Amino acid sequence: MSNQTSDAILKLQNVHTDIAQYHILHGVDLCVERGAVTMLLGRNGVGKTTTLRSIMGLWTTHTGDITFDGANITATPTPARARAGIGFVPEDMGIFTDLTVEENMTLAAASGPLSPARRDWIFTAFPPLKTFWTAEAGNLSGGQKQMLSIARTMAEERKLYLIDEPTKGLAPAIVSTMAAALKELKNQGASILMVEQNFAVAKAIGDYAAVMEDGRITWSGTMQELASDTTLQEQLMGLSMEASA
Amino acid sequence: MTTLAPDHKPTFASVPLSERFAAALPVLLVPILVVLGFLAIGNPSSWLTLTVSGLAMGMMIFVMASGLTLVFGLMDVINFGHGAFISVGAFVGVSTLFGLSHWAGAPSLTLNLIAILLAVLAAMAVTGLLGWAFERIIVKPVYGAHLKQILVTVGGLIVIEQMIHVIWGPEEIFLTRPEMLKGSITFWGAALEKYRLLAVAIGLILFVAMRLTFRRTKIGLIVRAGVENGEMVEALGYRLRIVFVGVFVAGSALAGLGGVMWGLYQEVITAGMGEEMMILVFIVVIIGGLGSVEGAFIGALLVGLLQNYIAFLEPKLALVSNIGLMTAILMWRPQGMMPVVKAK
Repeated sequence: MSNQTSDAILKLQNVHTDIAQYHILHGVDLCVERGAVTMLLGRNGVGKTTTLRSIMGLWTTHTGDITFDGANITATPTPARARAGIGFVPEDMGIFTDLTVEENMTLAAASGPLSPARRDWIFTAFPPLKTFWTAEAGNLSGGQKQMLSIARTMAEERKLYLIDEPTKGLAPAIVSTMAAALKELKNQGASILMVEQNFAVAKAIGDYAAVMEDGRITWSGTMQELASDTTLQEQLMGLSMEASA
Repeated sequence: MTTLAPDHKPTFASVPLSERFAAALPVLLVPILVVLGFLAIGNPSSWLTLTVSGLAMGMMIFVMASGLTLVFGLMDVINFGHGAFISVGAFVGVSTLFGLSHWAGAPSLTLNLIAILLAVLAAMAVTGLLGWAFERIIVKPVYGAHLKQILVTVGGLIVIEQMIHVIWGPEEIFLTRPEMLKGSITFWGAALEKYRLLAVAIGLILFVAMRLTFRRTKIGLIVRAGVENGEMVEALGYRLRIVFVGVFVAGSALAGLGGVMWGLYQEVITAGMGEEMMILVFIVVIIGGLGSVEGAFIGALLVGLLQNYIAFLEPKLALVSNIGLMTAILMWRPQGMMPVVKAK
Protein backbone atom coordinates (compact mmCIF):
# COMPACT_ATOMS: atom_id res chain seq x y z
CA MET A 1 0.00 0.00 0.00
CA SER A 2 2.39 2.62 -1.24
CA ASN A 3 0.34 5.60 -0.19
CA GLN A 4 -0.23 4.33 3.34
CA THR A 5 3.23 4.18 4.78
CA SER A 6 3.39 7.72 6.13
CA ASP A 7 1.83 7.08 9.56
CA ALA A 8 0.78 3.48 9.91
CA ILE A 9 -0.64 2.49 13.30
CA LEU A 10 -0.59 -1.18 12.34
CA LYS A 11 1.71 -3.04 10.02
CA LEU A 12 1.61 -6.70 9.04
CA GLN A 13 4.64 -8.11 7.26
CA ASN A 14 4.60 -11.56 5.71
CA VAL A 15 2.12 -12.89 8.29
CA HIS A 16 1.45 -16.63 8.14
CA THR A 17 -1.22 -18.22 10.32
CA ASP A 18 -2.34 -21.83 10.62
CA ILE A 19 -5.59 -23.06 12.12
CA ALA A 20 -5.02 -26.66 13.17
CA GLN A 21 -3.53 -28.36 10.09
CA TYR A 22 -4.78 -25.70 7.68
CA HIS A 23 -2.48 -22.95 6.42
CA ILE A 24 -4.84 -19.95 6.15
CA LEU A 25 -2.71 -16.83 5.83
CA HIS A 26 0.08 -17.12 3.27
CA GLY A 27 2.12 -13.99 3.97
CA VAL A 28 -0.18 -11.04 4.59
CA ASP A 29 1.34 -7.58 4.11
CA LEU A 30 -0.91 -4.78 5.29
CA CYS A 31 -0.67 -1.22 6.57
CA VAL A 32 -3.45 0.49 8.53
CA GLU A 33 -3.20 4.25 8.48
CA ARG A 34 -3.60 6.19 11.74
CA GLY A 35 -6.88 8.11 11.98
CA ALA A 36 -8.38 6.50 8.87
CA VAL A 37 -10.72 3.62 8.03
CA THR A 38 -9.21 0.74 6.10
CA MET A 39 -11.64 -1.77 4.64
CA LEU A 40 -10.50 -5.38 4.28
CA LEU A 41 -12.39 -6.86 1.35
CA GLY A 42 -12.53 -10.15 -0.48
CA ARG A 43 -14.59 -13.24 -1.13
CA ASN A 44 -15.72 -15.55 1.66
CA GLY A 45 -12.99 -17.80 2.99
CA VAL A 46 -9.99 -15.80 1.78
CA GLY A 47 -8.71 -15.11 5.32
CA LYS A 48 -10.20 -11.74 6.34
CA THR A 49 -11.47 -12.90 9.73
CA THR A 50 -8.28 -14.88 10.32
CA THR A 51 -6.30 -11.71 9.65
CA LEU A 52 -8.25 -9.77 12.29
CA ARG A 53 -7.98 -12.63 14.78
CA SER A 54 -4.24 -12.90 14.12
CA ILE A 55 -3.85 -9.19 14.82
CA MET A 56 -5.75 -9.69 18.08
CA GLY A 57 -3.61 -12.70 18.96
CA LEU A 58 -6.54 -15.12 18.94
CA TRP A 59 -4.77 -17.20 16.32
CA THR A 60 -1.03 -17.67 16.59
CA THR A 61 1.13 -16.18 13.87
CA HIS A 62 3.99 -18.58 13.25
CA THR A 63 5.88 -16.48 10.70
CA GLY A 64 6.00 -12.75 10.05
CA ASP A 65 5.70 -9.59 12.13
CA ILE A 66 2.82 -7.56 13.47
CA THR A 67 3.78 -4.05 14.53
CA PHE A 68 1.29 -1.94 16.44
CA ASP A 69 1.95 1.69 17.32
CA GLY A 70 5.67 1.15 16.84
CA ALA A 71 5.95 -2.01 18.94
CA ASN A 72 6.29 -5.57 17.68
CA ILE A 73 3.33 -7.46 19.14
CA THR A 74 3.70 -10.73 17.21
CA ALA A 75 4.32 -12.72 20.40
CA THR A 76 2.24 -10.55 22.73
CA PRO A 77 -0.71 -12.30 24.44
CA THR A 78 -4.23 -11.19 23.54
CA PRO A 79 -5.02 -9.37 26.83
CA ALA A 80 -1.85 -7.28 26.50
CA ARG A 81 -2.78 -6.33 22.91
CA ALA A 82 -6.20 -5.22 24.17
CA ARG A 83 -4.62 -3.18 26.96
CA ALA A 84 -2.26 -1.61 24.44
CA GLY A 85 -5.33 -0.10 22.76
CA ILE A 86 -6.80 -2.55 20.25
CA GLY A 87 -10.57 -2.96 20.40
CA PHE A 88 -12.09 -6.02 18.74
CA VAL A 89 -15.61 -6.62 17.45
CA PRO A 90 -15.75 -10.27 16.36
CA GLU A 91 -17.91 -11.61 13.56
CA ASP A 92 -20.17 -13.44 16.05
CA MET A 93 -20.34 -10.27 18.17
CA GLY A 94 -19.00 -12.03 21.28
CA ILE A 95 -21.80 -10.73 23.49
CA PHE A 96 -22.03 -12.15 27.02
CA THR A 97 -25.65 -13.19 26.83
CA ASP A 98 -26.02 -14.04 30.53
CA LEU A 99 -24.88 -10.55 31.52
CA THR A 100 -26.96 -7.39 31.27
CA VAL A 101 -26.12 -4.63 28.80
CA GLU A 102 -24.75 -2.61 31.71
CA GLU A 103 -22.59 -5.52 32.87
CA ASN A 104 -21.26 -6.03 29.33
CA MET A 105 -20.26 -2.36 29.23
CA THR A 106 -18.78 -2.43 32.75
CA LEU A 107 -16.61 -5.34 31.72
CA ALA A 108 -15.55 -3.58 28.54
CA ALA A 109 -14.16 -0.67 30.56
CA ALA A 110 -11.19 -2.76 31.67
CA SER A 111 -9.01 0.02 33.03
CA GLY A 112 -11.62 1.67 35.25
CA PRO A 113 -15.28 2.57 35.61
CA LEU A 114 -17.18 3.63 32.50
CA SER A 115 -17.26 7.43 32.55
CA PRO A 116 -20.73 9.07 32.40
CA ALA A 117 -19.65 11.26 29.47
CA ARG A 118 -18.55 8.26 27.44
CA ARG A 119 -21.69 6.35 28.38
CA ASP A 120 -23.83 9.27 27.17
CA TRP A 121 -21.86 9.41 23.92
CA ILE A 122 -22.54 5.69 23.41
CA PHE A 123 -26.25 6.20 24.19
CA THR A 124 -26.38 8.92 21.56
CA ALA A 125 -24.87 6.62 18.97
CA PHE A 126 -26.95 3.61 20.02
CA PRO A 127 -30.19 4.71 21.76
CA PRO A 128 -31.54 1.13 22.21
CA LEU A 129 -28.70 0.40 24.61
CA LYS A 130 -30.08 3.05 26.95
CA THR A 131 -33.56 1.53 26.71
CA PHE A 132 -32.27 -1.95 27.49
CA TRP A 133 -29.47 -0.94 29.88
CA THR A 134 -30.57 -3.34 32.62
CA ALA A 135 -31.85 -6.12 30.33
CA GLU A 136 -30.00 -9.39 29.73
CA ALA A 137 -27.97 -9.08 26.56
CA GLY A 138 -29.18 -12.48 25.41
CA ASN A 139 -32.67 -11.02 24.98
CA LEU A 140 -31.55 -8.30 22.55
CA SER A 141 -32.27 -8.51 18.84
CA GLY A 142 -29.42 -9.22 16.40
CA GLY A 143 -29.02 -5.54 15.57
CA GLN A 144 -29.02 -4.49 19.20
CA LYS A 145 -26.42 -7.14 19.98
CA GLN A 146 -24.24 -5.76 17.20
CA MET A 147 -24.67 -2.26 18.62
CA LEU A 148 -23.61 -3.54 22.02
CA SER A 149 -20.62 -5.31 20.52
CA ILE A 150 -19.38 -2.10 18.89
CA ALA A 151 -20.33 0.00 21.92
CA ARG A 152 -18.15 -2.23 24.09
CA THR A 153 -15.08 -1.24 22.14
CA MET A 154 -16.12 2.40 22.58
CA ALA A 155 -16.19 2.02 26.38
CA GLU A 156 -12.56 3.10 26.47
CA GLU A 157 -10.20 5.14 24.38
CA ARG A 158 -8.77 2.80 21.72
CA LYS A 159 -5.95 3.40 19.31
CA LEU A 160 -7.28 0.89 16.80
CA TYR A 161 -10.63 -0.77 16.21
CA LEU A 162 -10.85 -4.17 14.51
CA ILE A 163 -14.42 -4.67 13.35
CA ASP A 164 -15.53 -7.85 11.62
CA GLU A 165 -18.62 -7.55 9.43
CA PRO A 166 -20.67 -5.17 11.60
CA THR A 167 -23.66 -5.13 9.24
CA LYS A 168 -23.86 -8.86 8.58
CA GLY A 169 -27.44 -10.13 8.68
CA LEU A 170 -28.92 -6.84 9.85
CA ALA A 171 -32.10 -5.14 8.65
CA PRO A 172 -31.54 -2.10 6.39
CA ALA A 173 -32.72 0.37 9.08
CA ILE A 174 -30.21 -1.05 11.54
CA VAL A 175 -27.47 -1.04 8.89
CA SER A 176 -27.92 2.72 8.50
CA THR A 177 -27.74 3.14 12.31
CA MET A 178 -24.56 1.13 12.32
CA ALA A 179 -23.07 3.06 9.42
CA ALA A 180 -23.89 6.36 11.12
CA ALA A 181 -22.26 5.23 14.36
CA LEU A 182 -19.15 4.03 12.54
CA LYS A 183 -18.94 7.34 10.72
CA GLU A 184 -19.16 9.12 14.05
CA LEU A 185 -16.34 6.94 15.34
CA LYS A 186 -14.32 7.83 12.24
CA ASN A 187 -15.05 11.54 12.73
CA GLN A 188 -13.62 11.26 16.25
CA GLY A 189 -10.31 10.37 14.61
CA ALA A 190 -10.36 6.63 15.29
CA SER A 191 -8.17 4.23 13.34
CA ILE A 192 -10.31 1.37 12.08
CA LEU A 193 -9.63 -1.86 10.21
CA MET A 194 -12.94 -3.29 9.12
CA VAL A 195 -14.07 -6.37 7.27
CA GLU A 196 -17.28 -5.57 5.44
CA GLN A 197 -19.27 -7.38 2.76
CA ASN A 198 -21.77 -4.55 2.30
CA PHE A 199 -19.99 -2.50 -0.36
CA ALA A 200 -22.30 0.49 0.03
CA VAL A 201 -21.24 0.75 3.68
CA ALA A 202 -17.61 0.02 2.80
CA LYS A 203 -17.58 2.75 0.18
CA ALA A 204 -19.30 5.27 2.45
CA ILE A 205 -16.98 4.76 5.42
CA GLY A 206 -13.68 3.53 4.01
CA ASP A 207 -10.70 5.74 3.26
CA TYR A 208 -8.49 2.89 2.15
CA ALA A 209 -9.13 -0.63 0.93
CA ALA A 210 -7.16 -3.84 0.87
CA VAL A 211 -8.39 -6.84 -1.08
CA MET A 212 -7.53 -10.41 -0.06
CA GLU A 213 -7.31 -13.54 -2.16
CA ASP A 214 -6.10 -16.96 -0.96
CA GLY A 215 -4.66 -15.70 2.31
CA ARG A 216 -2.75 -12.75 0.82
CA ILE A 217 -3.38 -9.09 0.14
CA THR A 218 -3.57 -8.85 -3.63
CA TRP A 219 -4.41 -5.17 -3.98
CA SER A 220 -4.37 -2.10 -1.75
CA GLY A 221 -5.04 1.55 -2.34
CA THR A 222 -7.62 4.22 -1.67
CA MET A 223 -11.28 3.33 -1.48
CA GLN A 224 -12.00 6.04 -4.01
CA GLU A 225 -9.64 4.38 -6.46
CA LEU A 226 -11.33 0.99 -6.03
CA ALA A 227 -14.89 2.35 -5.96
CA SER A 228 -14.45 4.21 -9.21
CA ASP A 229 -12.99 1.33 -11.18
CA THR A 230 -15.58 -1.37 -11.92
CA THR A 231 -13.14 -3.41 -13.98
CA LEU A 232 -10.70 -3.50 -11.07
CA GLN A 233 -13.48 -4.59 -8.70
CA GLU A 234 -14.50 -7.44 -11.00
CA GLN A 235 -10.92 -8.44 -11.46
CA LEU A 236 -10.23 -8.48 -7.71
CA MET A 237 -13.48 -9.74 -6.26
CA GLY A 238 -15.38 -11.23 -9.14
CA LEU A 239 -18.17 -8.64 -8.98
CA SER A 240 -18.65 -4.92 -9.08
CA MET A 241 -19.40 -2.97 -5.91
CA GLU A 242 -22.26 -1.17 -7.60
CA ALA A 243 -23.91 -4.46 -8.57
CA SER A 244 -23.72 -5.86 -5.06
CA ALA A 245 -24.51 -2.68 -3.10
CA MET B 1 -23.74 15.48 18.99
CA THR B 2 -27.10 14.81 17.40
CA THR B 3 -28.85 11.47 17.61
CA LEU B 4 -27.41 9.20 14.98
CA ALA B 5 -29.92 6.41 15.07
CA PRO B 6 -33.26 6.45 13.33
CA ASP B 7 -36.18 7.26 15.58
CA HIS B 8 -37.48 3.84 16.44
CA LYS B 9 -38.77 2.44 19.69
CA PRO B 10 -37.30 -0.99 20.28
CA THR B 11 -39.32 -3.33 22.44
CA PHE B 12 -39.06 -6.93 23.57
CA ALA B 13 -41.64 -9.31 22.23
CA SER B 14 -43.77 -10.49 25.16
CA VAL B 15 -42.78 -13.97 26.31
CA PRO B 16 -45.69 -16.44 26.63
CA LEU B 17 -46.50 -17.60 30.15
CA SER B 18 -45.70 -21.22 29.27
CA GLU B 19 -42.17 -20.25 28.19
CA ARG B 20 -41.63 -18.24 31.35
CA PHE B 21 -42.79 -21.20 33.43
CA ALA B 22 -40.47 -23.56 31.53
CA ALA B 23 -37.55 -21.19 32.13
CA ALA B 24 -38.30 -20.94 35.84
CA LEU B 25 -39.02 -24.65 36.28
CA PRO B 26 -35.55 -25.66 37.53
CA VAL B 27 -35.89 -23.14 40.37
CA LEU B 28 -39.34 -24.50 41.19
CA LEU B 29 -38.18 -28.13 41.28
CA VAL B 30 -36.93 -27.89 44.86
CA PRO B 31 -40.22 -26.61 46.35
CA ILE B 32 -42.12 -29.08 44.13
CA LEU B 33 -40.00 -31.95 45.49
CA VAL B 34 -40.49 -30.72 49.07
CA VAL B 35 -44.28 -30.67 48.59
CA LEU B 36 -44.26 -34.10 46.93
CA GLY B 37 -42.15 -35.38 49.83
CA PHE B 38 -44.70 -34.04 52.27
CA LEU B 39 -47.55 -35.72 50.42
CA ALA B 40 -45.69 -39.04 50.19
CA ILE B 41 -44.42 -39.12 53.78
CA GLY B 42 -47.63 -37.88 55.38
CA ASN B 43 -46.20 -37.43 58.87
CA PRO B 44 -45.23 -33.70 59.24
CA SER B 45 -42.54 -34.24 61.89
CA SER B 46 -40.81 -37.02 59.92
CA TRP B 47 -41.08 -34.90 56.79
CA LEU B 48 -39.50 -31.89 58.53
CA THR B 49 -36.65 -33.99 59.93
CA LEU B 50 -35.96 -35.52 56.51
CA THR B 51 -36.23 -32.15 54.75
CA VAL B 52 -33.67 -30.49 57.05
CA SER B 53 -31.42 -33.52 56.69
CA GLY B 54 -31.77 -33.39 52.90
CA LEU B 55 -31.10 -29.67 52.77
CA ALA B 56 -28.01 -30.06 54.98
CA MET B 57 -26.67 -32.84 52.77
CA GLY B 58 -27.45 -30.78 49.67
CA MET B 59 -25.67 -27.71 51.01
CA MET B 60 -22.54 -29.71 51.78
CA ILE B 61 -22.53 -31.25 48.32
CA PHE B 62 -23.03 -27.78 46.83
CA VAL B 63 -20.00 -26.45 48.74
CA MET B 64 -17.90 -29.26 47.25
CA ALA B 65 -19.37 -28.97 43.74
CA SER B 66 -19.36 -25.19 43.22
CA GLY B 67 -15.62 -24.97 42.59
CA LEU B 68 -15.62 -27.94 40.23
CA THR B 69 -18.37 -26.56 38.01
CA LEU B 70 -16.61 -23.20 37.69
CA VAL B 71 -13.27 -24.82 36.89
CA PHE B 72 -14.93 -26.76 34.10
CA GLY B 73 -16.93 -23.77 32.88
CA LEU B 74 -13.99 -21.39 32.75
CA MET B 75 -11.29 -23.48 31.15
CA ASP B 76 -12.96 -26.76 30.12
CA VAL B 77 -10.84 -28.57 32.68
CA ILE B 78 -12.19 -31.89 33.98
CA ASN B 79 -10.62 -32.29 37.41
CA PHE B 80 -11.09 -35.77 38.82
CA GLY B 81 -8.60 -34.80 41.51
CA HIS B 82 -11.15 -32.49 43.15
CA GLY B 83 -12.04 -35.28 45.59
CA ALA B 84 -8.51 -35.16 47.01
CA PHE B 85 -9.14 -31.63 48.31
CA ILE B 86 -12.27 -32.88 50.09
CA SER B 87 -10.26 -35.58 51.87
CA VAL B 88 -7.30 -33.34 52.70
CA GLY B 89 -9.68 -30.64 53.99
CA ALA B 90 -11.38 -33.16 56.25
CA PHE B 91 -8.09 -34.47 57.68
CA VAL B 92 -6.59 -31.01 58.24
CA GLY B 93 -9.83 -29.70 59.75
CA VAL B 94 -10.31 -32.69 62.04
CA SER B 95 -6.65 -32.59 63.13
CA THR B 96 -7.10 -28.91 63.99
CA LEU B 97 -10.25 -29.75 65.96
CA PHE B 98 -8.35 -32.45 67.85
CA GLY B 99 -5.69 -29.83 68.64
CA LEU B 100 -8.43 -27.53 69.93
CA SER B 101 -10.23 -30.28 71.84
CA HIS B 102 -10.46 -28.16 74.99
CA TRP B 103 -12.50 -25.61 73.01
CA ALA B 104 -14.41 -28.17 70.95
CA GLY B 105 -15.28 -30.12 74.10
CA ALA B 106 -16.23 -27.10 76.19
CA PRO B 107 -19.95 -26.60 76.91
CA SER B 108 -19.84 -23.20 75.20
CA LEU B 109 -21.37 -22.57 71.79
CA THR B 110 -19.00 -19.65 71.19
CA LEU B 111 -15.87 -21.71 71.89
CA ASN B 112 -17.25 -24.60 69.81
CA LEU B 113 -17.92 -22.32 66.85
CA ILE B 114 -14.49 -20.69 67.16
CA ALA B 115 -12.92 -24.16 67.13
CA ILE B 116 -14.89 -25.08 64.00
CA LEU B 117 -14.04 -21.75 62.36
CA LEU B 118 -10.32 -22.26 62.99
CA ALA B 119 -10.55 -25.84 61.70
CA VAL B 120 -12.32 -24.63 58.57
CA LEU B 121 -9.78 -21.83 58.00
CA ALA B 122 -6.87 -24.25 58.39
CA ALA B 123 -8.51 -26.74 56.00
CA MET B 124 -9.26 -24.05 53.42
CA ALA B 125 -5.75 -22.59 53.64
CA VAL B 126 -4.10 -25.97 53.12
CA THR B 127 -6.44 -27.11 50.33
CA GLY B 128 -6.23 -23.69 48.64
CA LEU B 129 -2.44 -23.95 48.62
CA LEU B 130 -2.61 -27.57 47.48
CA GLY B 131 -5.04 -26.51 44.74
CA TRP B 132 -2.59 -23.88 43.52
CA ALA B 133 0.23 -26.43 43.35
CA PHE B 134 -2.09 -28.99 41.70
CA GLU B 135 -3.09 -26.50 39.00
CA ARG B 136 0.48 -25.39 38.29
CA ILE B 137 2.06 -28.85 38.29
CA ILE B 138 -0.68 -31.22 37.12
CA VAL B 139 -3.42 -29.29 35.28
CA LYS B 140 -1.47 -26.54 33.49
CA PRO B 141 0.45 -28.87 31.14
CA VAL B 142 -2.78 -30.50 29.90
CA TYR B 143 -5.00 -27.54 29.06
CA GLY B 144 -7.27 -28.43 26.15
CA ALA B 145 -6.60 -32.18 26.32
CA HIS B 146 -9.55 -33.81 28.10
CA LEU B 147 -8.29 -37.39 28.03
CA LYS B 148 -4.94 -36.38 29.50
CA GLN B 149 -6.75 -34.26 32.10
CA ILE B 150 -8.73 -37.28 33.27
CA LEU B 151 -5.63 -39.45 33.44
CA VAL B 152 -3.35 -37.01 35.24
CA THR B 153 -5.96 -35.70 37.67
CA VAL B 154 -6.96 -39.26 38.63
CA GLY B 155 -3.23 -39.91 39.11
CA GLY B 156 -2.98 -36.79 41.28
CA LEU B 157 -5.96 -37.99 43.34
CA ILE B 158 -4.30 -41.35 43.99
CA VAL B 159 -0.99 -39.73 44.97
CA ILE B 160 -2.69 -37.33 47.41
CA GLU B 161 -4.78 -40.13 48.94
CA GLN B 162 -1.61 -42.15 49.51
CA MET B 163 0.04 -39.09 51.05
CA ILE B 164 -2.88 -38.93 53.51
CA HIS B 165 -2.15 -42.55 54.45
CA VAL B 166 1.51 -41.65 54.95
CA ILE B 167 0.76 -38.61 57.15
CA TRP B 168 -2.33 -39.73 59.09
CA GLY B 169 -2.09 -43.50 58.78
CA PRO B 170 -4.23 -45.97 56.84
CA GLU B 171 -7.06 -46.28 59.38
CA GLU B 172 -10.29 -44.32 59.35
CA ILE B 173 -10.50 -41.66 62.05
CA PHE B 174 -13.59 -41.37 64.22
CA LEU B 175 -14.53 -38.06 65.77
CA THR B 176 -17.30 -36.48 67.77
CA ARG B 177 -18.87 -33.15 67.05
CA PRO B 178 -18.17 -30.19 69.33
CA GLU B 179 -20.15 -30.37 72.56
CA MET B 180 -22.89 -27.86 71.81
CA LEU B 181 -23.50 -29.24 68.31
CA LYS B 182 -24.33 -32.73 69.55
CA GLY B 183 -27.96 -33.82 69.76
CA SER B 184 -31.02 -32.17 68.35
CA ILE B 185 -33.63 -29.58 69.05
CA THR B 186 -37.34 -30.26 68.84
CA PHE B 187 -39.37 -28.08 66.53
CA TRP B 188 -43.04 -28.75 65.84
CA GLY B 189 -42.54 -32.26 67.09
CA ALA B 190 -39.64 -32.93 64.75
CA ALA B 191 -36.13 -33.73 65.95
CA LEU B 192 -33.71 -31.49 64.07
CA GLU B 193 -30.02 -32.19 64.51
CA LYS B 194 -28.18 -29.02 65.57
CA TYR B 195 -25.25 -29.73 63.29
CA ARG B 196 -27.50 -30.12 60.25
CA LEU B 197 -29.06 -26.73 60.96
CA LEU B 198 -25.55 -25.25 61.12
CA ALA B 199 -24.66 -26.93 57.82
CA VAL B 200 -27.78 -25.46 56.17
CA ALA B 201 -26.87 -22.01 57.52
CA ILE B 202 -23.26 -22.25 56.27
CA GLY B 203 -24.38 -23.46 52.84
CA LEU B 204 -26.95 -20.69 52.51
CA ILE B 205 -24.51 -17.98 53.60
CA LEU B 206 -21.95 -19.29 51.14
CA PHE B 207 -24.44 -19.40 48.28
CA VAL B 208 -25.62 -15.84 48.96
CA ALA B 209 -22.00 -14.65 49.25
CA MET B 210 -21.09 -16.33 45.96
CA ARG B 211 -24.13 -14.88 44.23
CA LEU B 212 -23.33 -11.39 45.47
CA THR B 213 -19.72 -11.78 44.35
CA PHE B 214 -20.79 -12.90 40.89
CA ARG B 215 -23.44 -10.19 40.49
CA ARG B 216 -21.88 -7.19 42.21
CA THR B 217 -18.12 -7.36 41.70
CA LYS B 218 -15.99 -7.00 38.62
CA ILE B 219 -14.13 -10.23 39.29
CA GLY B 220 -17.52 -11.93 39.48
CA LEU B 221 -18.46 -10.44 36.12
CA ILE B 222 -15.17 -11.64 34.63
CA VAL B 223 -15.79 -15.17 35.87
CA ARG B 224 -19.39 -15.23 34.58
CA ALA B 225 -18.34 -13.82 31.23
CA GLY B 226 -15.31 -16.13 31.10
CA VAL B 227 -17.49 -19.20 31.57
CA GLU B 228 -19.55 -18.12 28.56
CA ASN B 229 -16.84 -16.81 26.23
CA GLY B 230 -13.31 -16.81 27.59
CA GLU B 231 -11.78 -15.69 24.32
CA MET B 232 -13.80 -12.48 24.32
CA VAL B 233 -12.88 -11.77 27.94
CA GLU B 234 -9.23 -11.94 26.93
CA ALA B 235 -9.91 -9.70 23.93
CA LEU B 236 -11.23 -7.11 26.38
CA GLY B 237 -7.89 -7.11 28.19
CA TYR B 238 -8.33 -9.57 31.08
CA ARG B 239 -5.84 -12.34 31.70
CA LEU B 240 -8.21 -15.27 32.06
CA ARG B 241 -5.48 -17.74 33.02
CA ILE B 242 -4.81 -15.76 36.21
CA VAL B 243 -8.53 -15.59 36.96
CA PHE B 244 -8.73 -19.32 36.38
CA VAL B 245 -5.92 -20.04 38.84
CA GLY B 246 -7.77 -17.91 41.40
CA VAL B 247 -11.00 -19.82 40.79
CA PHE B 248 -9.15 -23.14 40.98
CA VAL B 249 -7.64 -22.16 44.34
CA ALA B 250 -11.00 -20.91 45.65
CA GLY B 251 -12.74 -24.06 44.40
CA SER B 252 -10.12 -26.25 46.11
CA ALA B 253 -10.53 -24.29 49.35
CA LEU B 254 -14.32 -24.74 49.14
CA ALA B 255 -13.82 -28.47 48.61
CA GLY B 256 -11.70 -28.41 51.77
CA LEU B 257 -14.52 -26.65 53.63
CA GLY B 258 -16.96 -29.25 52.29
CA GLY B 259 -14.61 -31.99 53.52
CA VAL B 260 -14.62 -30.60 57.08
CA MET B 261 -18.41 -30.24 57.02
CA TRP B 262 -18.90 -33.77 55.66
CA GLY B 263 -16.45 -35.24 58.17
CA LEU B 264 -18.33 -33.64 61.06
CA TYR B 265 -21.61 -34.82 59.53
CA GLN B 266 -20.51 -38.45 59.20
CA GLU B 267 -18.30 -38.38 62.34
CA VAL B 268 -15.72 -40.47 60.54
CA ILE B 269 -13.11 -39.58 57.91
CA THR B 270 -11.13 -41.71 55.46
CA ALA B 271 -8.61 -40.94 52.75
CA GLY B 272 -11.09 -42.20 50.15
CA MET B 273 -14.04 -40.09 51.34
CA GLY B 274 -13.45 -37.41 48.71
CA GLU B 275 -13.30 -39.96 45.93
CA GLU B 276 -16.58 -41.47 47.14
CA MET B 277 -18.21 -38.03 47.28
CA MET B 278 -17.15 -37.27 43.73
CA ILE B 279 -19.95 -39.44 42.37
CA LEU B 280 -22.55 -37.19 43.97
CA VAL B 281 -20.54 -34.08 43.11
CA PHE B 282 -20.37 -35.02 39.43
CA ILE B 283 -24.09 -35.83 39.37
CA VAL B 284 -24.80 -32.37 40.81
CA VAL B 285 -22.48 -30.61 38.35
CA ILE B 286 -23.95 -32.47 35.38
CA ILE B 287 -27.63 -32.04 36.24
CA GLY B 288 -27.06 -28.41 37.21
CA GLY B 289 -25.48 -27.62 33.85
CA LEU B 290 -21.70 -27.42 33.45
CA GLY B 291 -20.38 -24.05 34.59
CA SER B 292 -23.53 -22.97 36.43
CA VAL B 293 -23.26 -22.23 40.16
CA GLU B 294 -27.02 -21.69 40.46
CA GLY B 295 -27.62 -24.99 38.65
CA ALA B 296 -25.20 -26.78 41.00
CA PHE B 297 -27.04 -25.28 43.98
CA ILE B 298 -30.43 -26.51 42.79
CA GLY B 299 -28.99 -29.86 41.73
CA ALA B 300 -27.35 -30.37 45.13
CA LEU B 301 -30.57 -29.64 46.99
CA LEU B 302 -32.48 -32.04 44.72
CA VAL B 303 -29.91 -34.78 45.31
CA GLY B 304 -29.88 -34.27 49.09
CA LEU B 305 -33.66 -34.10 49.46
CA LEU B 306 -34.43 -36.99 47.11
CA GLN B 307 -31.89 -39.29 48.74
CA ASN B 308 -33.36 -38.63 52.20
CA TYR B 309 -36.99 -38.97 51.12
CA ILE B 310 -36.36 -42.17 49.17
CA ALA B 311 -34.26 -43.66 51.97
CA PHE B 312 -37.26 -43.20 54.26
CA LEU B 313 -39.96 -44.26 51.83
CA GLU B 314 -38.23 -47.07 49.94
CA PRO B 315 -34.76 -47.79 51.39
CA LYS B 316 -33.88 -50.29 48.65
CA LEU B 317 -34.20 -47.56 46.04
CA ALA B 318 -32.00 -45.05 47.91
CA LEU B 319 -28.82 -46.21 46.17
CA VAL B 320 -30.21 -45.62 42.70
CA SER B 321 -32.30 -42.52 43.44
CA ASN B 322 -29.61 -40.05 42.35
CA ILE B 323 -28.73 -41.91 39.19
CA GLY B 324 -32.47 -42.00 38.44
CA LEU B 325 -32.69 -38.25 39.09
CA MET B 326 -29.77 -37.61 36.75
CA THR B 327 -31.27 -39.79 34.04
CA ALA B 328 -34.64 -38.03 34.30
CA ILE B 329 -33.14 -34.54 34.21
CA LEU B 330 -30.83 -35.32 31.30
CA MET B 331 -33.75 -36.77 29.34
CA TRP B 332 -35.64 -33.53 30.02
CA ARG B 333 -32.69 -31.17 29.52
CA PRO B 334 -29.68 -32.94 27.98
CA GLN B 335 -27.31 -30.09 28.90
CA GLY B 336 -28.48 -29.91 32.50
CA MET B 337 -31.00 -27.62 34.14
CA MET B 338 -29.25 -24.28 33.77
CA PRO B 339 -26.45 -24.74 31.25
CA VAL B 340 -24.17 -21.81 30.58
CA VAL B 341 -24.31 -21.03 26.89
CA LYS B 342 -20.86 -21.63 25.53
CA ALA B 343 -19.69 -19.36 22.74
CA LYS B 344 -16.49 -21.25 22.05
